[in-house]
Amino acid sequence: MSKVFKINKPAEEGLVGFLKHLLDSGKVKGVMTLVKNDAPVDSAKYSVNYSLVTKSEALGNAVPLYPLMPANAGSLLSDLTIKQPLKEPIAVVLKPCEIRAFVELVKREQGHLDNMLLISSSCGGVYQFDVFVNEDMDKKLPDYWKAVKNLDLYDSLRPTCNGCIHFEPYTADITVDLVGNKNLDKECTMYINTENGQKYIDGMEGKSSEAALDKKPLKEFLEKRERERNQLFSDISDQIVGLDNLINTFGRCLGCHGCGNTCPICYCILCDFESKNHEFSPSTYETELSKRGGIRVPPNTLLYHLGRLTHMSYSCIGCGLCSDVCPVDIPVSTIFVRVGENAQKLFDYVPGRDVDEKIPLTKFEKDEFAEVEE
Amino acid sequence: MSNDFKPNIVGFLCNWCTYAAADLAGQSKFDIKPSINVIRVMCSSRIDPNLVLGAFLWGADGVLVAGCHPGDCHYEKGNFYTRRRFTQMKKVLETLNLDPDRLQLAWVSASEGQRYRDVINAFTDKIKEMGPNPLKPNPAV
Repeated sequence: MSKVFKINKPAEEGLVGFLKHLLDSGKVKGVMTLVKNDAPVDSAKYSVNYSLVTKSEALGNAVPLYPLMPANAGSLLSDLTIKQPLKEPIAVVLKPCEIRAFVELVKREQGHLDNMLLISSSCGGVYQFDVFVNEDMDKKLPDYWKAVKNLDLYDSLRPTCNGCIHFEPYTADITVDLVGNKNLDKECTMYINTENGQKYIDGMEGKSSEAALDKKPLKEFLEKRERERNQLFSDISDQIVGLDNLINTFGRCLGCHGCGNTCPICYCILCDFESKNHEFSPSTYETELSKRGGIRVPPNTLLYHLGRLTHMSYSCIGCGLCSDVCPVDIPVSTIFVRVGENAQKLFDYVPGRDVDEKIPLTKFEKDEFAEVEE
Repeated sequence: MSNDFKPNIVGFLCNWCTYAAADLAGQSKFDIKPSINVIRVMCSSRIDPNLVLGAFLWGADGVLVAGCHPGDCHYEKGNFYTRRRFTQMKKVLETLNLDPDRLQLAWVSASEGQRYRDVINAFTDKIKEMGPNPLKPNPAV
């Protein structure tokens, strides 16, 4: 049984009102949310990005529920809190997978959860950058919200979003009900999951009641997503299973390391692959050439992806940023989710589920995995 | 496979157990197949998956990771972490169908010179049967 709080306004407007109330009443000192920046000329397109604001007037252009992930907010929050916990409370509105990313980073001592009100929503997925940049979003957005209401899959989204089964946030203080909510345009429904959330909601204008989250439509949605996920996995298998396929898929790789740089889980300040370890002297090339008669340039791009797969796929939250930034359209995130799922099953681990759950590679049982030993 | 194939195995051996076992095996003049290139590391848990994968992609036919028996680690629990990391790495190779059998984990303590010989010889035979690393002549990697 969780508490429900209803505001008599459309979901996004209601949420912005709540954020304004938080700032005006001084309960929080800042709000981090998506904000729309109008284009200076008509021919240009508006942009959407995360902003940390301290005055409620600055929330005029806030679009907290906009289906876009311009950067993973998990890594942004880590940047904010890596040195020390926040001294004054802030509220953040982010997608479920971004919370999971932040929780994974907190486990790696890359951030602090203190003084933070986590507001999230059940998530219908986010648009690919390609679609957002090149198409008319004002025409597309109503379709998106229709799909969210009717529990449909929607094809302009990131592929991993359509195959995501963690669309309900695990550790949010407040969850805005979006997926399968038919009254989206009339009222803003928020589930209060924690006492911390209740503390902040007190004093806000609206109706409070007790009700359980209606799991039935969500179950239907989950089944849809699972089917899509399996389809995604079987499609990707042709591209990555077996050496030749793998070389073919990653053969396109430029070695720009964009996937690793945007990845919230890849947090190392100096990545091994960008260190001197992977700079070769002419003599290395000469040796290799005399042995093999040829070498790929730049070398080690396949090693980069395999290395990243072994380093962090068990913590991959499947946000899909890596695929979206790839200049040569390698389906990086689908591959990571696919491989990561097997690794996660091995340790019965769901990344970002619980901040007290240890990372699988930092704990052990005395008797386990005897099958790998000789 | 033709008999003149000489496997090239990279062995990451822990300083305190398996490296000492290799020493002992040498001193005892055991008959060990000349297929292993030994890299000494202070603990088997120091072995980053990149080192293992790098060895494969640059042409090793097999990789052996060896350390103290579980519970006997010089640093108390290093090899428990090794086992988890190794299992995870093997799972990734399994999912991608990249010959996970070319990768082996073995526990050999400092006094087990004979066991060291057995492990090396058996692994060499296994690799010999599997044939050379298909990546070796491939310039695309």
